[in-house]
Amino acid sequence: MEDTNHGLDFEAPITALERKIAELESFSAIAEVDLSEEIKKLRTRAERLKTEIYKNLSPWQRVLLARHPLRPPVQYFINLAFTDFVELYGDRCFRDDRAILSGPAKIDGQEVMLIATRKGKTTRERLAYNFGSPHPEGYRKALLKMQLAAKFGLPIISLINTPGAYPGIGAEERGQAHIIAKSIFEMSQLRVPIICIVVGEGGSGGALAIGVGDRFAILENAYFSVISPEGCAAILWKNSSKAPDAAKALKLTSKDLKELGIVDEVIPEPVGGAHRDYKTTAENMKQYILKCLAELRQIPMDTLIQQRYEKYRKIGKFVENNNPASK
Amino acid sequence: MSSGWKGLRNFVFHRKREMPDGLWMKCDSCGNLVYKKVVEEKLQVCPECNFHFSLGIQERLELLIDENGIIEELWPDIESTDPLNFKAVAAYRDKITEAKSQTGLKEAVVVVRGKIEGIEVILGITDSRFIMGSMGSVVGEKIARAVEKAMELKLPLIIVSGSGGGARMYEGSLSLMQMAKTSAALARFDKAGGFYISVLTNPTMAGVMASFAALGDIIIAEPKALIGFTGPRVIAQTIGQELPPGFQTSEFLLEHGLIDRIIDRQHLKGELALLLRYFKR
Ligand SMILES: [Zn+2]
Repeated sequence: MEDTNHGLDFEAPITALERKIAELESFSAIAEVDLSEEIKKLRTRAERLKTEIYKNLSPWQRVLLARHPLRPPVQYFINLAFTDFVELYGDRCFRDDRAILSGPAKIDGQEVMLIATRKGKTTRERLAYNFGSPHPEGYRKALLKMQLAAKFGLPIISLINTPGAYPGIGAEERGQAHIIAKSIFEMSQLRVPIICIVVGEGGSGGALAIGVGDRFAILENAYFSVISPEGCAAILWKNSSKAPDAAKALKLTSKDLKELGIVDEVIPEPVGGAHRDYKTTAENMKQYILKCLAELRQIPMDTLIQQRYEKYRKIGKFVENNNPASK
Repeated sequence: MSSGWKGLRNFVFHRKREMPDGLWMKCDSCGNLVYKKVVEEKLQVCPECNFHFSLGIQERLELLIDENGIIEELWPDIESTDPLNFKAVAAYRDKITEAKSQTGLKEAVVVVRGKIEGIEVILGITDSRFIMGSMGSVVGEKIARAVEKAMELKLPLIIVSGSGGGARMYEGSLSLMQMAKTSAALARFDKAGGFYISVLTNPTMAGVMASFAALGDIIIAEPKALIGFTGPRVIAQTIGQELPPGFQTSEFLLEHGLIDRIIDRQHLKGELALLLRYFKR
């Protein structure tokens, strides 16, 4: 039988309570007894428990949440927050990379270009989408659609959930590093507003490749990191089971990233995580996007491009002539 | 080789020889025992297999810049801090201290304004021996400033990359964002009509390759350098099979259309100068 905790032990007490509530509900329906007082009490307890547990998650637990198999797949975000999505395939070069999806859509009636990585929900989808790890052709597809958007003035919304760019022979043969660099390079100058949101995993260069823009936000339980905690642990501790230590050291949680000035905003998730309430999560994300669009549309294009440059230009911490500088 | 040694006197480095004492050394690439003196005479190139060993920044400057050709070293006093207070088995602070004393450098990159066959350029060089030539805030900042300087002075830009480490994990996402910072600077330079040659040396990987190193108007590689996005060991592990021979070498990249030319070290300066003369403004 499938483990309903998905290896997330910290969720076990919540899941147990939720199961109990469900049992009581069905029992009261079948047996026609009024257990509403009982159920209400349990619900309050479950809420309190969720708040308590989720407030104190370790960075590693956040990583596990970001990878939660029930975390809303990007298709749900699209269905819940956007309308009229027209998927456009085509990298015009090698093949369609289903790890990335792209195309125009509307959000609250406003036309935008949607770019997203996707992981899929079923095993079959996951395989077809290569578990959300794009090949060069995926990034090429995304870039072409973003350039199309820029040509017609459609703001770009990029939703990121990827463990990273795929490490494979074909990916290297077709210039994985080159296309990531090229995509970052081009995005820095695209003459439309760009809003990027990490909604699950933000794995290194493979995430940044579609992650350069005027606003960079992250969902509360998502993460963004220079390397996976396992990869970091394997290199620095020579032991990938030290991933929880690496997750802590890398400062990859939404809270850390806000403090470091890497992300502009942390989009709140419902208590208990995005996987417990897709709708609220999508709504929070939508409100953020609408807020940003309204702000960014006010800015003259040359100023916008200049501000985008400065946004990245000032990231970094160092000392110069022994004076602390954080340019 | 026409580069001079005298011009570098005011350019203070504490030079460290990498090789152990003794007359012979073993080539990392072909495994042959080769006479050290010959390797040195050949500018750190294996006489048996033409593998190009890593060259320190000082040696690289001597190779590329004219005698008395260094006009100035730019921003020599930018140094790393430890913004994440990063502690693994070893602390980041200790890694920096160790790298400084091993290389005599303050960080993994040096930028100079200087002359190549009389042509003024901005030249950046990363040293793969300083924390694997990885890019943290300092490397990103100095590369971005180098690009901006080349733009301001309307000079061509050359960056010689050597980085097995990519984005430096000890600075977390601050390092990752240097990819965006350097690439964005190059995008502006490109728009302004600047000319940029990227020279890839062994090894150039990951976040460095996936940003400024891949964005040259012309991309040159030294022979047999390891170049790519993901390290070969990780790829082999992921796909569970052996990698084809020559995978991720300069020659492999050339064959796949990913770089423009492979140039032996002894001809590098001459060919760079030739290209600089073709693509001038
Ligand atoms: Zn050899």
